[in-house]
Amino acid sequence: MSTTVLTTARPEPATSEERSRRAVGRIPLSRIVGVELRKMFDTRSGFWLMASIVITSVLATAAIIVFAPDDQLTFDNFAAAIGAPMTVILPMIGILAVTSEWSQRSGLTTFTLVPHRGRVLGAKLLAAITVGVVAMFIALGVGTLGTLVGSAIAGVDPVWNVSAMHFTLIVLGSVLGMLFGFMLGLVIRNSAGAIVTYFVYTLVLPPLLGLLAANQRWFADLQPSVDYNFAQRPLFDGNVSSQQWQHLAVAGALWFLLPMAVGLRIVRRAEVK
Amino acid sequence: MGSGSPQGQARVAPRCVGRSIAATMLSMITVESLTKTYGRGMTAVDDVSFTAATGRVTGFLGPNGAGKSTTMRIMVGLTPATSGTATVDGRRFTDLPNPGRDVGVLLDASAQHAGRTGREILTLAQRTMGLPRTRVQEMLDLVSLTEDEADRRVRNYSLGMRQRLGIGAALLGDPHVLILDEPANGLDPAGIRWMRDLLRGYADRGGTVLLSSHLLHEIEVIADDLVVIGKGRIVARGTKADLLAAAGTVVRARDSVALAAAMEGAGLKITAHADGSVHTDASSDRVGEIALARGLVLTELRAADGAGLEEMFLELTADTQREGVAA
Ligand SMILES: Nc1ncnc2c1ncn2[C@@H]1O[C@H](COP(=O)(O)OP(=O)(O)OP(=O)(O)O)[C@@H](O)[C@H]1O
Ligand SMILES: [Mg+2]
Repeated sequence: MSTTVLTTARPEPATSEERSRRAVGRIPLSRIVGVELRKMFDTRSGFWLMASIVITSVLATAAIIVFAPDDQLTFDNFAAAIGAPMTVILPMIGILAVTSEWSQRSGLTTFTLVPHRGRVLGAKLLAAITVGVVAMFIALGVGTLGTLVGSAIAGVDPVWNVSAMHFTLIVLGSVLGMLFGFMLGLVIRNSAGAIVTYFVYTLVLPPLLGLLAANQRWFADLQPSVDYNFAQRPLFDGNVSSQQWQHLAVAGALWFLLPMAVGLRIVRRAEVK
Repeated sequence: MGSGSPQGQARVAPRCVGRSIAATMLSMITVESLTKTYGRGMTAVDDVSFTAATGRVTGFLGPNGAGKSTTMRIMVGLTPATSGTATVDGRRFTDLPNPGRDVGVLLDASAQHAGRTGREILTLAQRTMGLPRTRVQEMLDLVSLTEDEADRRVRNYSLGMRQRLGIGAALLGDPHVLILDEPANGLDPAGIRWMRDLLRGYADRGGTVLLSSHLLHEIEVIADDLVVIGKGRIVARGTKADLLAAAGTVVRARDSVALAAAMEGAGLKITAHADGSVHTDASSDRVGEIALARGLVLTELRAADGAGLEEMFLELTADTQREGVAA
């Protein structure tokens, strides 16, 4: 810092004529979404989290090309290999988009510049979904390239066994995972707490519920419609029956919409400090 | 005030000195009957009302935990009020279409993402407010953050650098109202002087400034009006000049015990100090008469002035201080 702090520049408070001339308009949502997108990239951790989407996609693809037998160099295998890290990274992005405002306390500025928390969180949601969808298309691109390169190296014909419909369902499944992270971030509002909860939900809960279903007939019948993890699986298989859609809707309402609504209510009333 | 002071009573009427500020000047910030209670009957802000007028610097003064920051957070919508309102230009803060263009806010300079650079933090605000990009560099120049410092991450900022960045962020949107919570915190002497001049000039050119502090001396130099708060309640407000005039008289006698007794006997409220001086609200005239009547030799008799303001501040907030008033 320079020791001579006296600068000649003087801040001029806008006069009332100036103010009426510039007739300040309401901040458009698009602008807030743009700022929220920028915030996802402008720290080192945020940048590397985003970069990890590309990096893990390429690594997963390379691994398939190197290790998979020739007849396994099919597009669906590439898609599965790339999709796995994505189901972890995207929810993290969803979580951190919300929690950093509290954990890093930048919310003090954010919610002062836009004193409508619903708008800010809506913008964050849109920004997160945008990143999620773009990430899936990056994965699609890398997977396509991997299939082409892999089959060329092996000297076999590329196998395109993932339909546009299947890809759409995978995108939906991945974005739902991301939104689940977003919801956890909103309810917990603490980065570490939300991340731990996410892993408990995805790694610890499923085997326990599986055990319960294996031993309790009543739960086995109930599981498809109350276990959100379970209900999302058909999306990644690319085949969803109308009954499975219903199960997904019920489980989603229970595990996502309800807590999301509660979280929103709390956040809109809560103190930011 | 001393023993029989009204501070002993449960409810202290705000001590309003002189003409009403609101009546004579256009007020930009209006706080009306603001109350904030937290659970378990904790009242952080208790029926607080005041105004901050255009073209003036209003000092918001009170000891630690008095409720200054809470009041300011309520004003900008970060904390919901239990009851009461706060408005800027007659509008609630949350009703302002683009608040940063009207009101510059600095509540806590350290509340920033530690991984962002100073320049990036200003850029985010510049984009949110829809300002030209050049504004960021203008503000960095204004608060004397060098290129190198602006591109450093806030994690590595000193307290004073954070404070400068925060002041830059508050001024970014070219607002006409400033709400600053302890802005001098962490600034070096040159920085404090710079900020004082900046705020003075800003108010002189028609801006409205509300700044808080728990340091009387810091605020005494710059403020035109004072709002004193203790334990969530307003205990005094008025122009600095009027409050200074009302700060009372300091008197010293060869026999200070006799003097104190004589003054109390005459019905004056007094505070006797260890150094032998006695402070009272009464005029020096009245004190002189009493001394003469009792044949006491005075060694000093003067208007209390700046020291009196501090005296008054300590007295007014006496029951809210962590350590009692040094008497
Ligand atoms: N969430 C909360 N729950 C309970 N009490 C709270 C809460 N937030 C603030 N308080 C209390 O409200 C009072 C006012 O705090 P505030 O931060 O407004 O004081 P201040 O005047 O800014 O003090 P300082 O000069 O130290 O900054 C304090 O007693 C504080 O402990
Ligand atoms: Mg404070």
